[in-house]
Amino acid sequence: MLTLNCPYCGVDAEETELSPGGEAHLKRFGPGSSEEAFEGYLFVRENPKGVHFERWRHAYGCGKWFHAARCTMTLEVFGTYPAQTFEPPKDIKDKITAKRPGWAWRDFGGDGA
Amino acid sequence: MSDLATITRADARGMITLRGDLASAAMKKAVKAATGQAVPKPGKIAGDGARGVLWMSPDELLVMVPYADVAQTLAAMDKTLTGQHYLAADVSDARAVFTVAGDHAREVLARLCPVDLHADSFAIGDARRTRFAQVAAAFWAHEAGFDVVCFRSVGDYMDGLLRNAAKASPTGAFG
Ligand SMILES: [Zn+2]
Repeated sequence: MLTLNCPYCGVDAEETELSPGGEAHLKRFGPGSSEEAFEGYLFVRENPKGVHFERWRHAYGCGKWFHAARCTMTLEVFGTYPAQTFEPPKDIKDKITAKRPGWAWRDFGGDGA
Repeated sequence: MSDLATITRADARGMITLRGDLASAAMKKAVKAATGQAVPKPGKIAGDGARGVLWMSPDELLVMVPYADVAQTLAAMDKTLTGQHYLAADVSDARAVFTVAGDHAREVLARLCPVDLHADSFAIGDARRTRFAQVAAAFWAHEAGFDVVCFRSVGDYMDGLLRNAAKASPTGAFG
């Protein structure tokens, strides 16, 4: 069972109080984009074994969307952060680096951290 | 076996959903005028169910006033908030309200929602939106126990839930 801290309410919300929203930090490709980019936006996902970034909604609470960084293998939660950002905040990336040296996810982590 | 707590379904309570920039001067003024209270911090209630204000989300409050005062309170809010980006709506008839009173009121709620209800974690004046079995609800702790607010469309379900949960012996987990 996952417990995520909602960055808006500050409460530790248990999984049944939340709605999952799939992968975080997707860039939308709409009309005018290439078919490849549009397909990627719709269907291509990371599905990692390890560090992952997701969208969650505090559906039974404040109703707001937020982001969560967690490990899909151990269910360890590295942190949660508001949705109004294009990438994970530095403190969360540093925390992941400390626990999973060499982690990489899309453009984040790795040598670029 | 006596019940863990007494469940009472409240008569009509005046409730206004108020959304907007909670930090703005106009919003603070509107809340103060309606309830006599300052805008509560996240997870808190200011005042009480008769006249008070509940923090619902970063841009939403639930203002509670006597049922008969809703129209005039709304009119005053609209006047204060003119020109602001806001919403003030009468939701009194869309809600059902229950009071769970008694020494073991915490046990009743703990059987229904995924919230740490120990007095060290959830004190008088604390408020929470969560899930009661299958439905959304909000509640807060007061001297006599808790008040629970849900949609009226699931009011009978909530009534059954609370009464059923109250039929148990204390676990002793709350001291
Ligand atoms: Zn929340």
